[in-house]
Amino acid sequence: MKKFFALVLALALTLVMTSCGGDNDQKNGAAIKIGGAGPLTGEAAIYGNAAKGGAEIAAEEINALGGIQFDLRYEDDAHDPEKSVNAYNTLKDWGMQVFLGSVTSTPGAATAAESDADHIFYLTPSASSTDVIGGVVNPLTGSVDVARHSNVFQMCFVDPNQGSASAQYISDNGLGNAIAVIYKNDDVYSTGIYNSFAAKAAELGLNIVSTTTFTTDSQTDFSVQLNDAKNNGADLIYLPTYYGPNALILTQANAMGYSPKYFGVDGMDGILSVDGFDTALAEGVMLLTPFNADAEDDATKSFVAKYKEKYGDVPNQFAADAYDCVYAIYNALKDEGVTDATPASEMCDLLIGKFTSMTFNGLTGENMTWSAEGTVTKSPKGMYIQTGASVGMD
Amino acid sequence: MKKIRLNRTSRVNFATFGAVILAYAIIQIMRSAGLLSSTVQGQLVPICAYVAMALSLNLTVGVLGELSLGHAGFMSVGAFAGAVAAAALPIPSNALRLAAAMLIGAVFAAAVGTLVGIPVLRLNGDYLAIVTLAFGQIIKSIVENLYIGMDGRGLHVSFLENRIIFRDGGRMILNGAMGVNGIDKISSFTAGFILIMLVLAVIFNLVGSRAGRAIMALRDNRIAAESVGINVTKYKLMAFVISAAMAGAAGTLFALGQNTITANKFDFNTSILILVFVVLGGQGNMWGSIVAATFLTVLPETKAMRGLADYRMLVYAIVLILVMLATNNPTVQDFINSTFRRKKKKGGAAK
Repeated sequence: MKKFFALVLALALTLVMTSCGGDNDQKNGAAIKIGGAGPLTGEAAIYGNAAKGGAEIAAEEINALGGIQFDLRYEDDAHDPEKSVNAYNTLKDWGMQVFLGSVTSTPGAATAAESDADHIFYLTPSASSTDVIGGVVNPLTGSVDVARHSNVFQMCFVDPNQGSASAQYISDNGLGNAIAVIYKNDDVYSTGIYNSFAAKAAELGLNIVSTTTFTTDSQTDFSVQLNDAKNNGADLIYLPTYYGPNALILTQANAMGYSPKYFGVDGMDGILSVDGFDTALAEGVMLLTPFNADAEDDATKSFVAKYKEKYGDVPNQFAADAYDCVYAIYNALKDEGVTDATPASEMCDLLIGKFTSMTFNGLTGENMTWSAEGTVTKSPKGMYIQTGASVGMD
Repeated sequence: MKKIRLNRTSRVNFATFGAVILAYAIIQIMRSAGLLSSTVQGQLVPICAYVAMALSLNLTVGVLGELSLGHAGFMSVGAFAGAVAAAALPIPSNALRLAAAMLIGAVFAAAVGTLVGIPVLRLNGDYLAIVTLAFGQIIKSIVENLYIGMDGRGLHVSFLENRIIFRDGGRMILNGAMGVNGIDKISSFTAGFILIMLVLAVIFNLVGSRAGRAIMALRDNRIAAESVGINVTKYKLMAFVISAAMAGAAGTLFALGQNTITANKFDFNTSILILVFVVLGGQGNMWGSIVAATFLTVLPETKAMRGLADYRMLVYAIVLILVMLATNNPTVQDFINSTFRRKKKKGGAAK
């Protein structure tokens, strides 16, 4: 019987630890609570922390203006859908009114479904998969696999647009005669881009000579993939993957004396800031990205300076997208007389109406508009890397 | 009224059942009174699934005495089989659909368990551990390359490449490495509670039966057991397959409580996490597994831990080390024994 009490006691204790405590983090009473979830720890922590940093800078700037006040809080999801739902629920308990979504796609699909059920507005900086917004046709099978979440909008390009835009760009500019693709097949982001790239490439008649994959477990050695590309005579490698593996691919290709051209998407952005990466290897790498930290306009300069001062790094597109997210929400809300007492679902209806009708200028694009499907319209900037910096392609 | 005297094992068993029922009742009352936060409510189903996982692994590790490092593989089989079944079965009642899906998850996991068990259980100790580890990876690779869709004509399966073509408004259920998306969340806390009760009943009855004694004899001394005529392969396989089936049902429960599941979720780390539950709770000690699984699942999501922000997972790891040290510390063990078992000073070992 004693064990019985021990068991009950332990269960009760764990419950007490989680359920009590209440809301003790009310810093400013009249602020609208904006929550965000992202990988602040673990393998994808770079993305989560960048988005958090960008959002924090925007919130500080907005609060300094003196109008609507934002209370921003980020929770860690360690890039895991199960933990992202926990993070989302933690934010919901805190009283979140607007959700800045998940930073990465797989957790993003999970939190999108949750927030749809609760009707909390969801604007993600960088979860670009079609499964996040839902309602998009799978290019391979022609089926709609996840129903549209009407409350979910994206600040980043949706994956298929990136894939087809890359294929179009390569074809228009005659960049490669024989193309190799290396993508990460356990990643929603990479697979999504690849699928639409493959569909568009077939339509445009691009010559794809090698298609190889890797997974999270095998993203340290690319000799098999690179040898396949080399043996098939590829002169351009398309990399719809994040910059971590990309840096390794470039380094390993160089070590085996293989020097094709490289073409990346927005995940390539950030490759120059990888520790220990020889930036000379990235010379001439082309990428499509919405944000360029070396742009000369005042907004970008000011943002980059603030970010550097606060976090000591050059901001990547995740930071810029998150910064834009907070400003887009601010622009949508500022003339609507909303307060901290406005319920989340009322705010959601209001924001859905605003987002489908407004135009927004931010760091990652001019004259952005959103469709009712949740996708953003903005034009990707073609860039290439020259003497250790990204330069606009045109 | 005749007073029935129960032996120690039976009393522990009944106390475990009682505690689970009581915990369920308390949580249900708190829930209806609106005292539970969304965070806790969202974790109820995963906790039940992890508890069932820990119990089922405890059967392999604690009762059979074989170290398995691929238990998440069975969870994965159950999760994906169950998720596909739940999406495909035309049963209108959610509870019945969940029960059917869990049954299918358990059957698939048991089938895979048998398939793996026959060659694997010829090995012992370290060799068996490494083979189960490889098994977990194989399951993950298979699921990552499996595509299952459904339209009006039924299920379509494709391997390695998605070659499925739909006729009339079908949809993909399992999309290779991207997993299952848009799951209809039909798992409930009550279903989790029933699963835990069933798992406990199966384990306690097995352990108390003739077969259970044979399994434990194998654990304690294989050669001696073999010499008295116990069929090693049969009993090992029995424990292993039952364990796999329960893990499969737990996997289904878990999957149908999530919006999204990917094969990545059931990797080596998850296998180790479940092993940690078992080791922390004590091998062969069922109520220990329940407490450890609950505690370690809830711990990183508590307010105190969330408040630590970036250091959360570091502190979690440190707490884990401290708890391991503390529970193995003779002074602490004596203290627990003297506090909780005053009457039975000489009452024998905890097992």
